[in-house]
Amino acid sequence: MLCGQQTWQFPTRPRVLGTGTIVGEKEGQGPLGDRFDLVVTDPYVGQDSFEKAERKLMEKAQETAVQKAGLTIESISMVISGDLLAQNISSHFAARTQGRPLFNVFSACATSMQAVAMGAQLVDTGYASNVLAAVSSHNSSAERAFRYPTEYGAQKPPTAHCTVTGAGALVVGKGNTGPIITHATLGKVIDLGIDNPWEMGAAMAPAAADTLARHFLDTGRKPEDYDLIATGDLARVGHPIARHLLLELGYDLGERFTDCGILMYDKTQSEVFSGGSGPACAACVTFGHLLLGLTEKCYRRILVVATGALLSPISSQQKDTIPCIAHAVAFERDGE
Amino acid sequence: MLSAKLGVDQRHYKAYAKSVQPPKPWAKNGLRAFLVGGAICLIGQGLQDLFVHIFHFSEKAAGNPTVAVLIIFSVLLTGFGVYDVFAQWAGAGSAVPVTGFANAVASAALEHKSEGYIVGVGTNMFKVAGPVIVFGVVSAFVVGLIRYLFHVI
Repeated sequence: MLCGQQTWQFPTRPRVLGTGTIVGEKEGQGPLGDRFDLVVTDPYVGQDSFEKAERKLMEKAQETAVQKAGLTIESISMVISGDLLAQNISSHFAARTQGRPLFNVFSACATSMQAVAMGAQLVDTGYASNVLAAVSSHNSSAERAFRYPTEYGAQKPPTAHCTVTGAGALVVGKGNTGPIITHATLGKVIDLGIDNPWEMGAAMAPAAADTLARHFLDTGRKPEDYDLIATGDLARVGHPIARHLLLELGYDLGERFTDCGILMYDKTQSEVFSGGSGPACAACVTFGHLLLGLTEKCYRRILVVATGALLSPISSQQKDTIPCIAHAVAFERDGE
Repeated sequence: MLSAKLGVDQRHYKAYAKSVQPPKPWAKNGLRAFLVGGAICLIGQGLQDLFVHIFHFSEKAAGNPTVAVLIIFSVLLTGFGVYDVFAQWAGAGSAVPVTGFANAVASAALEHKSEGYIVGVGTNMFKVAGPVIVFGVVSAFVVGLIRYLFHVI
């Protein structure tokens, strides 16, 4: 049900029944390497193109999530998935063999929380008994779609991101165990005039700040009600900007405020620039690391706000500014 | 909400974002570009001397095999996935005409191999390097025209 202006509250308390995360080699070498279900060292994942490789990652993450939820794909009511490639080919093509109803969604790197929010809503209202939400991205397929050929020698500025190679999937449904999804705050498109595609952290920070402030207003919760609040992929440049904007709005998020793009890589790793990005960044860090933190009782309640830059290669070549969006989902441990 | 409450407008935000983002390391990039670009040219000069003194090419004819060797090395390094890593470090220094151009063509060709040799490699090979040719030809024409006019006058 609607809570305030932009927040959904889920009274029937849908749960995360299972998650599946798979990442590439660089992500596996990062500080969270052992928090993911699978690390693949072959960037082609045994396929003959990066696009097919990304699809494979998507399929494996979905299989893992369904398996860990103790279900079979036939018992999944519907799949909600998305990725970065045009016509969302990773999601659509991965769904070819599933034979399950599919919603394909896109909000760039914020797709993960959009899919989870929609899944939780469908389960909460009884329109689905369980939903498989999944996203993927691949560094090389994203480079090709949005930037230059992967082997082209172009120097990137320190504000750049490193698109995460990986896929994350999550099954939401009714059950007795697993993290509970309590709220989702849906973001508005915000564009404060950044037009440089190498500055996505600065472009997306206002959207994250806006959605977070909206979440606190709508739910009446305070930052202190969460043990951890993570943005999706603002990374080392955008995250301090979001913190600053929230302070101006009167919210001091303190030490609990972190970012999946910062957590994903160690800054000494080569060519990670300001940090990770891509739908798989927020998805793998949340579904792998953060939700595990809930089950391990490190946290009682967390809020993840995935951030997406809704640019296209054409819009940025036409020097248009970058509209951004952020969707937040609140998870909590049983018995809170 | 954000813009109303903060009084944030696009102009102010852009200025603020610029002030907190790490600047491009111009000096470091410039120094590296100077050293690497110079080093590649030095290697080229060495190769040319090699062709002149050992293989007895004329100074003018030695240019072609020199360029060919540089292109082969650049393409090989591109294929082995080394050139882009090197270019991130070297910046504009690695964009020195011959090796940078070869990398631009080879990387685009490699990237589009998955769509086949004609529509993939053939169509996209000059995707990155194409502008260099277009503007190279156009500027050569303009400079040639100016030179010709001076000659006539």
